Amino acid sequence: MRKRSQRLWLIGAAAALTTGAVALAVMGLQDTVAFFQSPSDIAAKGVANLKQSIRVGGLVEKGSETHGSDGALLFKITDGVNTVPVVYHDIPPDLFEEGKGVVAEGKFDETGRLVAKRVLAKHDENYMPKETYDALKRAAESGGDKNYGKEPTT
Amino acid sequence: MIAELGHLLAFLALATAAAQSYLGLTTGGEAPRRLAVATGMFLVLSMLTLVISFVRLDFSVALVAKNSHSLKPIIYRIAGAWGNHEGSMLLWCVIMAGYGAAAALWMRNDRLRDRALGVQGLLTLGSLTYLLFASSPFTRLADPPLDGGGMNPLLQDPAVALHPPFLYMGYVGMSFVFSLAAAGLINGTIDRDWAKRVRPWALTAWSSLTVGIALGSIWAYYELGWGGWWFWDPVENASFMPWLVGAALVHSLIVTEKRGGMAAWTVFLAVLSFCLALLGTFLVRSGVMTSVHAFATDPTRGLVLLAGLGVAGGAALALFAWRAPKLASGPEFDPVSREGALVLNNLFLSVGAALVLLGTVTPMVVQWLGEIKVIPPESASLSIGEPYFQLTLAPMIAVLLLFLPLAQAAPWRKADLSPLLKWLTPAMGLALAGALVAMALGGWGIWLGFGVLVGLWVVVGVGFDLWRRVGPAGIGRVFRLPLTVWGMAIAHIGVGVFVIGATVESAARVERTFPLSNGQSAEMAGWTFEFQGVHSEEGPNYYATQADIKVTHGGTTEMIHPEKRFYPVADTSTTEVAIRKTLGGDVYVALGDTIRDEPGVWRIRIAHHPMIDWVFGGASLIAVGGFISLVARLRRRAPAPAESPAIDPTAEAPATPGVGATA
Repeated sequence: MRKRSQRLWLIGAAAALTTGAVALAVMGLQDTVAFFQSPSDIAAKGVANLKQSIRVGGLVEKGSETHGSDGALLFKITDGVNTVPVVYHDIPPDLFEEGKGVVAEGKFDETGRLVAKRVLAKHDENYMPKETYDALKRAAESGGDKNYGKEPTT
Repeated sequence: MIAELGHLLAFLALATAAAQSYLGLTTGGEAPRRLAVATGMFLVLSMLTLVISFVRLDFSVALVAKNSHSLKPIIYRIAGAWGNHEGSMLLWCVIMAGYGAAAALWMRNDRLRDRALGVQGLLTLGSLTYLLFASSPFTRLADPPLDGGGMNPLLQDPAVALHPPFLYMGYVGMSFVFSLAAAGLINGTIDRDWAKRVRPWALTAWSSLTVGIALGSIWAYYELGWGGWWFWDPVENASFMPWLVGAALVHSLIVTEKRGGMAAWTVFLAVLSFCLALLGTFLVRSGVMTSVHAFATDPTRGLVLLAGLGVAGGAALALFAWRAPKLASGPEFDPVSREGALVLNNLFLSVGAALVLLGTVTPMVVQWLGEIKVIPPESASLSIGEPYFQLTLAPMIAVLLLFLPLAQAAPWRKADLSPLLKWLTPAMGLALAGALVAMALGGWGIWLGFGVLVGLWVVVGVGFDLWRRVGPAGIGRVFRLPLTVWGMAIAHIGVGVFVIGATVESAARVERTFPLSNGQSAEMAGWTFEFQGVHSEEGPNYYATQADIKVTHGGTTEMIHPEKRFYPVADTSTTEVAIRKTLGGDVYVALGDTIRDEPGVWRIRIAHHPMIDWVFGGASLIAVGGFISLVARLRRRAPAPAESPAIDPTAEAPATPGVGATA
């Protein structure tokens, strides 16, 4: 009988904890997941929810890099068809460069700019984020720039 | 010649590992012991030949040609030997065989050791086969280049030179814990003696893993230039999952050793921690994600690793399913007892690991579903970052830590809560007061207060528990507490220190980017930074642009020089930040890039990271506590009869050497 009650509270504790964890995970996944979109996806569908984090990938458009009066970095992400303006209040990664692959994560403001919290650039000279490559490829297939770069794997 | 010698030595190790696994699993005895030592020696020598090739810049070896360069400083030439896929796989094999050799030398001779050496031999055999036939570091080039391709400049750093050996001591150390679990299951005995003998290995592996992760985190903090020390990147999660399960294991082993309980669960954790280490290696190396660790993305490597994970994990779990029902369950205990507390610890840590796993693999699974067109590919790309992990893990860890001081003070079998609570009430009072002070200083953030409360409660509660253990005899006795108590207390205090540091750092961190031209100043947290332009410097294998910044703080003035380095061989730049340590935290200055169309204006990023040393200090204390527990365990053991015949009067009665001690 003692043995059984021991097992019972063990199972009870495990069940309670697992339920709590599942609830937390569901909450966490609902609010915090950032979906990847290409500039063309955004041009086609618009931005439904300004509170939702979005990852936008493509190339840093040539000649688009400027800065705001407060020194913020401004640039555009292009997939060869459409572009998305981005503002970033931090130093871009070492490998950030015009014409090279980039992924920016953040939320859109009312003016349609992506306020990036994180900007990721390619990791080495050969690498392009896979999602960037796919986005460029899709844009090119729908009539954009055919020269979308190399395969992401070396 | 030397590369061929290394290659030959690795093949010899392949042969001895095969013999070791066969004899270990069948006859046992002296033969597998000697073979395990031989496998270890062959592989150490093989690694040495590779290091020599790197130091001597032998560019006829393909790996050296690809990853080294004549201008690279000597320490990174040595570290370069494992700073690439093939070399690190050799290091993996060396450490795996090294654990086998160490066990052969130091473990009591019986069926558990023989069979563990046998299973370890199988794992080494598998790893070596992969090394020699799929990623050999010894391949020669017919037409050697004049100079090498260089190493990723980000990795040319002392912390990263040591990061892989420690991380592998941890990851691969789990392989021997796995082998002991498999051996115990084959023997059909998972008892107190088994747990006693597994604990030192689990402690070694887990403490080393802690050091390895901390080194990686410190490196990310000062080398990436963002000032973050944990990004919830899949690479980091890959090491955090085995760490969490390993932490659960070193706790559940205590229950199995002292009380004979939780045997099946402990074995399961032992199997799981190595499976998670393999999963981590798969995630990092297969190219399913990109990072500095994915040296080159090669899908076949990923498949081989996945197959290895499937075979080792599947076999062990099948063995477990077959034997577990027969394992004895320990004596009964009350929910409120040390056993109960350790069960709770294990539940929280393993559910925590499951949450990390969910957040790490969901994006990969979704992406794969998109690739095989189960869901539309354009909606198959998502990322799960810091918010998810903070939301899910922070409450788990917080509740776990609220129980920690109680758990540490609770006796076995059945505890009476009320005297414990009474004893710990002042600790809670102190923690509350400290949290209120922190909130007052830090702007009344609720998370800040809660984190500091939990961390202080752990630190002070553990302190009170030490005091209680000393008893009324006086403070001098504190140094006569057993080492095991010290190990536990230091690791637990480390957890508290870490939580305080991590909470304060993330809640009160200030960072801003200033566009500055020559002569302009910026101010932050009572510090003034005057930008006085940049100048050029030349390093052994890089060119640097160094900024001259005059820092004024409380009447003292000094110059700091954050820089950007350009490595022509690798054609990449890196950021070298300038860090000034103060009692309250780090002042962290990074030089960005020039602003387009405005020559002479540079982006300078200035940050204040309060209590950052508590983060790394806490992690170090956890590792130190783990190693102290290990030493305590080793000192308690009887000296090996053959080597030292002198009898140590303080040691426990030596176990009878000979075959079949567990039978």
